Amino acid sequence: MADLTTTFCGITSPNPFWLASAPPTDKEYNVRRAFEAGWGGVVWKTLGEDGPPIVNVNGPRYGAVWGADRRLLGLNNIELITDRPLQVNLDEMTRVKKDYPDRALIASVMVPCEEAAWKEILPRIAETGCDGFELNFGCPHGMAERGMGSAVGQVPEYIEMVTRWCKETTDLPVIVKLTPNVTNILGPAQAAKDGGADAVSLINTINSITSVNLDTMSPEPMIDGKGTHGGYCGPAVKPIALNMVAEIARNPTTHGLPISGIGGVTTWRDAAEFIALGAGNVQVCTAAMTYGFKIVQEMVSGLSQWMDEQGHTRVEDVVGRAVPNVTDWQYLNLNYVTKARIDQDACIKCGRCYAACEDTSHQAISMSPDRVFEVMDDECVACNLCVNVCPVEDCITMETLTPGAVDERTGKTVEEEPANWTVHPNNPSATAAE
Amino acid sequence: MTEHLRASGVAAGRVSQDTVEANFSDLHPAYAPHEAMVAADRCYFCHDAPCITACPTAIDIPLFIRQIATGTPEGAAETILEQNILGGMCARVCPTETLCEQACVREAAEGKPVEIGRLQRHATDILMEKDVHPFTRTEATGKTVAVVGAGPAGLACAHRLAMHGHDVVIFEARAKGGGLNEFGIAAYKSTEDFAQRELDWLLQIGGIEIRYEQALGDGLSLSGLQDDFDAVFLGMGLGGVNALSLEGEEADHVTDAVAFIADLRQAEDLTALPVGRRVVVIGGGMTAVDAAVQSKLLGAEEVTIVYRRGQEAMSASKYEQDLAQQKGVRIVCNAAPVGIEGNGALSGVTFAYTEARDGKLVVTDETFTLPADQVFKAIGQTLAETPEALKLDGRKIAVDGAGRTSVAGVWAGGDCAAGGDDLTVTAVAEGRDAALDIHATLAGAS
Repeated sequence: MADLTTTFCGITSPNPFWLASAPPTDKEYNVRRAFEAGWGGVVWKTLGEDGPPIVNVNGPRYGAVWGADRRLLGLNNIELITDRPLQVNLDEMTRVKKDYPDRALIASVMVPCEEAAWKEILPRIAETGCDGFELNFGCPHGMAERGMGSAVGQVPEYIEMVTRWCKETTDLPVIVKLTPNVTNILGPAQAAKDGGADAVSLINTINSITSVNLDTMSPEPMIDGKGTHGGYCGPAVKPIALNMVAEIARNPTTHGLPISGIGGVTTWRDAAEFIALGAGNVQVCTAAMTYGFKIVQEMVSGLSQWMDEQGHTRVEDVVGRAVPNVTDWQYLNLNYVTKARIDQDACIKCGRCYAACEDTSHQAISMSPDRVFEVMDDECVACNLCVNVCPVEDCITMETLTPGAVDERTGKTVEEEPANWTVHPNNPSATAAE
Repeated sequence: MTEHLRASGVAAGRVSQDTVEANFSDLHPAYAPHEAMVAADRCYFCHDAPCITACPTAIDIPLFIRQIATGTPEGAAETILEQNILGGMCARVCPTETLCEQACVREAAEGKPVEIGRLQRHATDILMEKDVHPFTRTEATGKTVAVVGAGPAGLACAHRLAMHGHDVVIFEARAKGGGLNEFGIAAYKSTEDFAQRELDWLLQIGGIEIRYEQALGDGLSLSGLQDDFDAVFLGMGLGGVNALSLEGEEADHVTDAVAFIADLRQAEDLTALPVGRRVVVIGGGMTAVDAAVQSKLLGAEEVTIVYRRGQEAMSASKYEQDLAQQKGVRIVCNAAPVGIEGNGALSGVTFAYTEARDGKLVVTDETFTLPADQVFKAIGQTLAETPEALKLDGRKIAVDGAGRTSVAGVWAGGDCAAGGDDLTVTAVAEGRDAALDIHATLAGAS
C-alpha cells in the first residue's frame, strides 16, 4: 500500500489531509476527535491578539447552495476568527500536540498589520509546540473591514512585509494563506515568496451572497433583516481553486513554492487533482462540516488505492504531475480535431444533446422522427456541450480524427504536426511555422 | 375484532373496520414536500419529450415537473390543468405505466421512470387544497350547449366551453356527477371523495348547470336537445354490459363487475358490503382487476380472475396484473366460461380451456370447475340504446377527429365514441377537443 506520509515544507504528517483553519478546528475537543478519526494535520482556527475576545453574530453564520436532494454544493460563512481567549487556545494546542506528536499542528494567525503585533504573538504561540504558522491573509468578511485578513491579502506589498516580519521572528515554517478575491493570484503568491514564505495555502473563501430571501428581501445568511457578503467554499469553488493552484505551480518565478491546496476538497479524487496540479497536501473544511470527520477514512483509502493502481509509492511522486499540461490558450494544438460520437445503444433518447446543440451551439445534431440523434460531422465543431449535458455517462464521447482524415466541417485534411495560434496565419503576430 | 374470513356464501364484515381502512387507503400516497423535490429532480427535461407524446391530453410534463422543482407547484398545476382539467383524477387513475411513464427515458435507461403520476398529483393537490381555480371565462357568447353525461368527457367538454363563454347544461343520468370517476375505478385510487371534490372545483369556472337524473331516451331526446341548444355533446359513456350468454347467468350473486364497483364506491361503510368467500371474476381488463382486488380487500378468501386469452392479451396493464397478484388474486388465462353451476343457487363456474387455432380462439373439450359463491362479469361494456340518427362505427358512435358525429351540430366523446382507449384521460382529451371544435363552429355561425 502506498505510503501517504507527507512532508510539506518540512512538516511531516501521516497523510496529506489536513483540516483547514475553520470552525472544525476551533478547540481541543474537536481537534482530538479529528486526530482520532485519522486526519494527518490540523490548522488551528485563526488566533488573534490577546485582549477582549472577538465577537461573532448571534444569528446564522452560514448560508448554503444546494443541489439535488439537498446535497450541499456550496457554503458561505460570516464567522470571524476564534472568539475564545488566546491563552485558552494556546493551552489546548499544547496539550493536543503533546498527545499527538505525529500529527501536524499549524497555528493560523491574524493580528493587525503592525510589526510589533506579529513579533509579539508568534513566539508565544510557538511555545505550544506547533509545527508551523499559517498567516491568515484570506478571510474576506468582518476582519477585512478592520484591515486584516483579505485586506492584507489583496495588497502584495503588505503580504511581503508581514511575511518578512514573521520569518524574522520564527524558525518554524511560515505558510501564507491567500485570498482568491484578487484579479491575479500570482501577485500575492510572488509577494509571499519574496517575503520568505515557506509555502502558500489557497484558496481562502470567495466573497459571496448565497441567496436572497424573496419574502424579506434580505441576503442570506440574514441577521435581523440584513446580510453581508460571506466567504464561499465547498464543492462549488473547487474549479476556481484548482486554477489558482495551477497558476502558481506553473508560473516560472513561483514554481516550486510549496502549495497547500484548499477549496472544495470533498473526496480523495479532489485531493489527487489538487496534488497533480502542484499542491503538496490539501486542506479540508466544508466536507468535514457536511459529513463529519469520518470522511478522511475514505480519502485515505481512496488515495492509497489510486496510487497503488498507478504505481505511485509516495505522495511526492504525484505532486505537480499535471502541471506541465497546463498551458496558455495560444499553445493549444489547433490541428487536434475531434468529433462527437453518440453511442446509439447507450442513448436513452432524451434529446438534450439536440436541444443544446440546436438552440445554443452549432446545429450539428440531427433528430429523426423516431428520436435517433446523430452528429453531423460537417457542422460539429467538437465543442463538447453535448457530452456535458448528456445524462448518460460515456454515451457521447469525443473521437479524435487521425492525421490524414478529412474534417468534413472545414474540408481540410488533419495534419500530423501540431500547430497553435502562435503560428496561425490569422494571427497578426504569428511567427512563421518551421 | 373477529374477522369472518371463512364465512361461507356472500357475507358482509369479513374483515374489521381497521383492516378495511388500511386495505382501501391510497394506492399511491401523496408525496411529502421533500420527496416531491427529489422525484422532480429526476426529470431530464427532454427535448420534445416522449412523455408528452404519450399523454392523450399532451400535458407539458417536463415543464410542470420543472415548476415543481423550482418551488412553484401552483404553476405546475396550471400547466397540467390547462391541458387536462381532470388532471387531479388522471394523476390517480391513469395507467401511467403504459402512457407517460412507459415513454419516460429513465424507464429506458434504468427501468425506473420519473414518477409523473405522483408528481402530477402533488401539484394538483396543492392547488386544489388552496381552492384556487386558475381559469376564468371570456365574455359570454350567448350560445348554449347541451352536454349529455357528467363523466370525464362531458365535464372536460363543459369546462372548456364555459371558458370560451358558452353556457352549458349537463344532463346526467345518475343522481351524482363524475361518471366512472365516481362510480367506476377502484376505491383505493380515489380516496376521500376526490371525484366529488374535483367536480365541485371544476364547476367554479361558472356557466355550467348540471341537471341530474336525466338520461337520453328517458324523457330526453337528441332532437329535443338540438332544438333547445346551439350544439350538443354526447358523453354518456357505456350504459350496457356484455352478457356471458350462459344458462344460470341470472342466478343470485352472478353480477356485473361495474355494478359491484359502483356499489363499493358509494358504500358508506365497507364492512357492511357483502362479498363472497370464493369469488370468480370473468374478464381481463381494468374492471376485472378492480373488482377482483377489491373483493380480496373486502376479505374474500379466494379470488380468481379467469381470462379467455393469454395473459399478454389482457387489457389490464402489467402493473395492474402485478397488483392483483400481489394482493393475492389468482389469474387463470386461456379459459372461457361454459357453465354456471348450482341449479340457480350458485356453487361454481365451469371453464373450458381455449386455444388459438389459425388466429381464432377455440374452446377445447378440457374443462375445470372453480367453486364460487360470487361471480363478477367483466367482459366489456356496451353502448346503451342510442338515437337512431347517429351513425355507429362498430359498436360505438362514429366520430371524426374533432368529435363530430354523423348528425350536424352533435359531437360525441369518451367511452361512447369510437376511437381511443376507454380511459379517463382519453375521455378528457376528446371532450376538450370537441369543445374547441364546437366553439369554432359556433363562432363561425354567429
